[in-house]
Amino acid sequence: MFGKKRVAIVGAGLTLFRRRMKETGKELCYEASKMALDAAGMELNEIQSVVMGTAPDAFDGVHMKGEYLADGSGAYRKPYTRVFVGGGTGVFTPLAGWWHVASGQFDSCLVVAEEKMSSCYPHPQFAFTTIFDPILERPLGMNLIWIFALEMNRYMHRHGIKKEDIARVSVKNKGNALDHPCAQLGAKITVEDVLNSEIMAWPVQRLDVSPTSDGASALVLVSEDVAKEITDNPVWVDGVGWCIDSTLWTNRDLYYPDYVECAARMAYKMAGVKNPPKEIDVAEPYDPFDYKELHHMEGLLLCKKGEAPKLTAEGVTQRDGDLPINPSGGLLGVGNPIAAAGLMKVCEIFWQLRGEAGKRQIPGDPRTGLAQAWGDLMQYGSVIVLRR
Amino acid sequence: MSEVAIVGVGCVGFQPILPELSYKELMYEAAVKAYEDAGIDPRKDVDVFVTCAEDYLEGFSIFDEFVPDQLGAVLRHLFTVSGDGLLGLANAYMLIKTGHFDTVVLEAHSKASDLLTLMDVIAFALDPVLNRPLGGHPYYVAGMEMNRYLHDTCTTVKQCAQVVVKNKKNACGNPYAAYGANITLDQVLCSDMCFYPLKKLEISTPADGCVVMVLASKKAAEKLSDKPVWVKGVGWCTETPNLETKDWSKAVDTRLAAEMVYKTAKIHNPRKEIDFAEVNDLFAYKELQHMEALKLCDYGEAGKLTEEGITARNGELPVNPSGGLLGMGYGLEASGMEKLLEVALQLRGEAGRRQILNAEVGLAHAWRGIPTTTGIVAVLSNVK
Repeated sequence: MFGKKRVAIVGAGLTLFRRRMKETGKELCYEASKMALDAAGMELNEIQSVVMGTAPDAFDGVHMKGEYLADGSGAYRKPYTRVFVGGGTGVFTPLAGWWHVASGQFDSCLVVAEEKMSSCYPHPQFAFTTIFDPILERPLGMNLIWIFALEMNRYMHRHGIKKEDIARVSVKNKGNALDHPCAQLGAKITVEDVLNSEIMAWPVQRLDVSPTSDGASALVLVSEDVAKEITDNPVWVDGVGWCIDSTLWTNRDLYYPDYVECAARMAYKMAGVKNPPKEIDVAEPYDPFDYKELHHMEGLLLCKKGEAPKLTAEGVTQRDGDLPINPSGGLLGVGNPIAAAGLMKVCEIFWQLRGEAGKRQIPGDPRTGLAQAWGDLMQYGSVIVLRR
Repeated sequence: MSEVAIVGVGCVGFQPILPELSYKELMYEAAVKAYEDAGIDPRKDVDVFVTCAEDYLEGFSIFDEFVPDQLGAVLRHLFTVSGDGLLGLANAYMLIKTGHFDTVVLEAHSKASDLLTLMDVIAFALDPVLNRPLGGHPYYVAGMEMNRYLHDTCTTVKQCAQVVVKNKKNACGNPYAAYGANITLDQVLCSDMCFYPLKKLEISTPADGCVVMVLASKKAAEKLSDKPVWVKGVGWCTETPNLETKDWSKAVDTRLAAEMVYKTAKIHNPRKEIDFAEVNDLFAYKELQHMEALKLCDYGEAGKLTEEGITARNGELPVNPSGGLLGMGYGLEASGMEKLLEVALQLRGEAGRRQILNAEVGLAHAWRGIPTTTGIVAVLSNVK
């Protein structure tokens, strides 16, 4: 069922998500890494390898950004790799950390994710103008809001979903984020606020979208032997999954993320999860837009296709509901420094399973949690299943 | 006991320019060759695909988007390593060693001819606050390093030039090489002084090409191939991104990576146990500096060995029999894959005119170029 070695998470670190004009990306990495090491009770010299996750170089404006961030991430004179799968990077980075340890190659791995979007002038959205095919799509002058509006429209149309059903996600997540000390946009809002906010590209409105941000997050992964020595409370990485769909997003039916299902099935198989809605106690699906939380709950097989808005309306996905979804506040509430936001979700599951989530702690005795991120051109899914 | 092997290789290029192939077609052609070589169907026989690329070199913000279709990896488990192909090998190697995956495909390519401003892109890798504002061509860093290396080791400019003569000559026997030539020591020494004391012919020229490899677990390898090339170990290391604090005389990253891989591969005396080495030679002096870091000779000895012909293809310790980057061309993130390709072909006995007789253990090394201090080393063998 497991690799040569079972892999445990023993520490997590997270910076404030904001426009961090005073800090360089390296400094953000340092802050998150230091917090994770302190939480694990470890020193940097006990770390044998480092994995970096960070999204487009164009944000920071540095070619080979991974190399640039190496010292801030504690990789000085250490084996160091950067992995990159677009928006899916944040949750993918600990998967790479997992195989560094599960292979038996290392006993410990520091996993760091960083994003500094504010340095991109005039707006980080401009870095996304070059994610499109240069011949077929770029000449249309499209941006991310447009293509996600297409996807949202298709999802709503296929299942007959109303905008109110989707707006509830934004209300819930921004509300949850009020309890998160790192959050950028925690707020008490109503469904009407969302429906009355500025229209960006129909049906996407201002409050349907997560904010750009700067930040970093980190995890310490260790082998089973080391974990037993240093903590009574490890959280195990029991399932990992990832999947990519075709580049040609225009040729796919956007109502359902097949690639997320494929990634989830891989992770569930490894973790021995047979009935996800019953066995998963808490989940952090990727929510850069409110409809994406619903879309991803379905892709993760946490409910039937088209059923996620109903669960949300019934309060099932609230922190005190049967299946708490994004108790952290998600990207909509905490903020969306791409890779750092993905890893923030894994940090949240780690804290929830350890009972260390403070005011955000979900009731009961959560034993199994899941985090997921989504990336590239609506084509990438990365999933991690954690167990206490 | 070896657990991971190369069971399929495919290469297109390397050529100064391949205008008839887009980067997608380049990847497709190399992949088809590798899949045919391994006898696998990518749609059902591959567990994980690993591609290696950097955004700025591709002209995209998220290059990972554009790789699955041409590799046959749609709705399959693929990811991108932002690094050299050999770093991809390190990850593929670990994936197989987890015991969860049997077959992994590894890809890296260069479409350098699409880049109108390669040097400006490289300049963008310099620290944006401390170094980039100084301006100038980024290879000045290599000139400074060469100066320091020559000063500290008493290596001569002639010995560096000899590396170019040897590698370009080796490349004449390599159908995958873009820049093979029979040149003289004087021609190298008289070529333009670019970044003192680095001369024009001592700098590798970019080339287009793609290398795809199929890796397999022991169980799968024995089924798929009758001459698997075993990966004895991979080591990798990043020293520091700060030019101000890096070691200018020794390649510390490569030394630490070598120590890591020699430990895994149980190599105690590299000079004796390694039959031939494919070493990064982006600049001629780098081959010498890297040989020393890899413990293939003592500190300051590499120049002398080169002058004496020991590193020639028919010498005692052949270094870069492929022609190296100076002869094959600088393949950007595929640079390490050029090295890995040659090691695999030599160990399979398929290196044609450049075959080294009785080669059993080969070493492939990559360095990520200016201004990085990331080195990766792999040791391979045709004996399990």
